[in-house]
Amino acid sequence: MCSLDQNRRQFLLGAGAAAAGLALTAVSSGLVPPASTQTQDTDSLQDASKNYVFVIDLNACDGCAKCTEACQAEMAVPPTSGGELEFEGKQPWIQVFKTDSGFIPVPCQNCQNAPCTKVCPVGATFYSDDHIVLIDQNRCIGCRYCIVACPYERRFFNWFDPPSTLDEQNTVYSPDYNVPHRKGVAEKCIWCRHRVAEGTVPACVDACRQAGMSALWFGDAAQGVVTNGQDVVSLSDLIKDRGAYKLNEELGTLPQVLYLPPKGESP
Amino acid sequence: MTEKRQDTQSIMALLKSHGARFYLFVGVLAAIVGWGLYAFYVEYVYGLGVTGDRLPVVWGLNVVNFVYFIAISMAGTIISGILRLSNADWRKPITRMAEAITVAALPIGALFPLLDLGRPERVLNLFLLARLQSPIAWDGIAIGTYIIASLIYFYLPLIPDLAACRDSLQAVSKLRRWLYTKLSLGWSGLAEQDKRLKGAIKIMAILVVPIAVSVHSVLSWVFSVTLRVEWHSTVFPIFFVMGAVYSGVATILIVMYAFRRFYHLELYLEVKHFLYLAYVFLAADLAMIYLTVSEYMTPSWGAETLDLQYLASITTGPYAAYFWFMIIGGFIIPAIVVSVPRARTIGLIVVAAVLANLGMWIERFLIIIPSLAVPQLSTPPGITYLPGLYTPSWVELSITFAGLAGFALLLVVLSRLVPIISLWEISEPEVSSAGPAMASAPVMSQAQETEGPKSP
Repeated sequence: MCSLDQNRRQFLLGAGAAAAGLALTAVSSGLVPPASTQTQDTDSLQDASKNYVFVIDLNACDGCAKCTEACQAEMAVPPTSGGELEFEGKQPWIQVFKTDSGFIPVPCQNCQNAPCTKVCPVGATFYSDDHIVLIDQNRCIGCRYCIVACPYERRFFNWFDPPSTLDEQNTVYSPDYNVPHRKGVAEKCIWCRHRVAEGTVPACVDACRQAGMSALWFGDAAQGVVTNGQDVVSLSDLIKDRGAYKLNEELGTLPQVLYLPPKGESP
Repeated sequence: MTEKRQDTQSIMALLKSHGARFYLFVGVLAAIVGWGLYAFYVEYVYGLGVTGDRLPVVWGLNVVNFVYFIAISMAGTIISGILRLSNADWRKPITRMAEAITVAALPIGALFPLLDLGRPERVLNLFLLARLQSPIAWDGIAIGTYIIASLIYFYLPLIPDLAACRDSLQAVSKLRRWLYTKLSLGWSGLAEQDKRLKGAIKIMAILVVPIAVSVHSVLSWVFSVTLRVEWHSTVFPIFFVMGAVYSGVATILIVMYAFRRFYHLELYLEVKHFLYLAYVFLAADLAMIYLTVSEYMTPSWGAETLDLQYLASITTGPYAAYFWFMIIGGFIIPAIVVSVPRARTIGLIVVAAVLANLGMWIERFLIIIPSLAVPQLSTPPGITYLPGLYTPSWVELSITFAGLAGFALLLVVLSRLVPIISLWEISEPEVSSAGPAMASAPVMSQAQETEGPKSP
């Protein structure tokens, strides 16, 4: 009996040591700061009452994909890696698809109940203070669960180390302007948060207006106005009698992109 | 029984001298594992792009193997846990092997998702920055718990045998003697020790069953909680649990056959063990057929656009060959083999088990890849969107074979470090084994006849 008890004591000692080790890890985990956090200066400018929306007028879209080009230039979007049929060249963060009745540009839908942020195991994808879905690519581990979860297929991945210019390499990274890009992390359209924070519209909206279509409108639904980068119009006027809809709204993802169907009355 | 008790020496002999064939086998396996490590190194240096994963099929063989290996770890729980709890005495020679399969399959399975990260060097983020709302975090917790529980459950029944090793293996290395001495915790076979050990084993046997069910359910939730076509289904947890039982039992049949053949364990692993396991295997197979019908019939009847695209791609599209192999080779043929008494020979049972394992691996493939390939954007009408393609690269294939080799390597090394058959358990007098043995005695004798010429 004596030897049994002694062994139990030793066993408990060992188990205690193991538990202490685990506890230590847990404590130290609290001491480890997140790899990078949002830049505080832009945050303080943000208003939590913002409710950014895209309005995309499918009647005006002629499928020129200038929006995609402008996006790729603005965000220094990385190339795809070959083998991705739908995405030759550079990642189309805003992608223009052909449909039966014309074209449809699809940017990140910026869901307010976003499946991508729900599944992230490390909290690398998150909402900014003004409710834009961003990615902290210093934290992302590259599990690609967010890509799997996104029902709009609006997430991309850097399979290799993306090429970058010297300028890009000298850019200070922040989730608001995720340049320089790096390998093994998820990418997405972030509604040009760096521009939106300064009060301008995303690059694609400007490009669409300059190309003469003005199919893309961006604004703050809380203030009830949207703009194509030049004209400011009332959101309710723009969507009036147009039967605006959202993509796969029945999924409950609360997408923030309003589509105006092509065959309706012009605003 | 007495014959067996005297013959424990032959099992002990396996631990003493290893022979050239053993080292050759271990060397080959280690070389395959080494090649897999090199493939991972290439992936680490150049990025995940060296795998066949591409948008939209961003999960490939690594995730398939993850699910596959976690599933076969069910072997230990089913054979050892459930049969121990139901006092089925015939389980005794197989429990150690079954538990060893669990212990070997779990770390291999758990490694796959870690090898599949875009930034493997940030793996610690999974723990340090864990976000409990994510199904991946649930997975980590469930699998972590399972690994610890199954290690304890492997270890407890090992204690008396470790003591036997301590007492009878004098010629082995100092380190091993030290390990046997330390790990046997001063076991001397006292009645009190025996009582406590059995109590502890019973607690663990009860615990591992719900833990295993939770692991396979959580594993399925990783898929089913998303809005993906085919995945978003409430049948998934039970589908995964049953699939794990099926592939787990199939794996133990194969492992039993290999050990019986190469270690000449015919005295312990009798025809009846293959037969009884084959019955469990048949039950799991029929359950899988039932669940598979349910899984595919439900969406095909509702006929939603994306569901139909998925079903077309697997039944008549690019994955049709795999699908029909899974249905016919993985489910139906094994069911027939095990149902027909004349076909119930050890050889054919093992063939059925191999087919079942292939079928279950393909099933994981069919769950993951074709579903990711289906375009998710189906509105507005006529939207042009190309489906995804997936071809595994040499990197993933290498890592797959390395995983298999690693699994075999762990099993072989374990079998040379500890008795691969629970010696103290088979030496105990049988208590209540009359039930199953009597019930199937006629079948048994017939199988023995047919099996006769084939046994080595």
